[in-house]
Amino acid sequence: MLTIPKHFVDGMISHARAEKPLECCGILAGKDGTVTDMYKMNNTENDPDKYLMDAKEQFAVVKDMRAKGLDMLAIYHSHPHSPARPSGIDTKLAFYPDAIYIIISLMDAEKPVMKGFFIKEEKVEEAVIKVD
Amino acid sequence: MAVKVRIPTPLRRITANQGEVDAEGATIGGLIEDLEKKYPGLKERLCDETGAIRRFVNIYINEEDIRFMQGKDTSVKDGDEISIIPAIAGGSEV
Repeated sequence: MLTIPKHFVDGMISHARAEKPLECCGILAGKDGTVTDMYKMNNTENDPDKYLMDAKEQFAVVKDMRAKGLDMLAIYHSHPHSPARPSGIDTKLAFYPDAIYIIISLMDAEKPVMKGFFIKEEKVEEAVIKVD
Repeated sequence: MAVKVRIPTPLRRITANQGEVDAEGATIGGLIEDLEKKYPGLKERLCDETGAIRRFVNIYINEEDIRFMQGKDTSVKDGDEISIIPAIAGGSEV
């Protein structure tokens, strides 16, 4: 189970809203299943239906997590116009089987939906997330 | 040339759970061949069928992305630190 303090959930939703109509993306890091750090990342895809984290920023985050002794617990991105479930391209490009892939759906602008998934070898399984 | 190569979590199954391995080679391409001998299956995860580094794999020498150097032909010297970092990407259903 992944525990995310509420202010990080609010942070992901406001990040998603700020980037709309484009997708936002970021990393949640922490220890023992509890998120302690959130990294908002730049999406370098010009296509509104795709995201690709800025490689240079991602490398800097990898080093920062290593220096702080944190694990990459989750990877988040938004679906501005579609439900909170992994798309075909999300499952195909999921290279981190240990991380939970969080999707923030803004399909209903008033009621954002957050869900998390493990994606292993293109198989999707919903993960349990506790908002604290 | 012996260098340290940092292996990302998703590829550690191939390297017997080691997060850092030693490899030898004069270029990034040479290192990949050496790693493939020691850890069969690794090359396929890094390179496509034409032998080019996959689009969603980032490789760094120290702080530099090899994409902005000479790619697989980038030369490697003793003591360099190589990092392999799979990209984070996806999208939504159109």
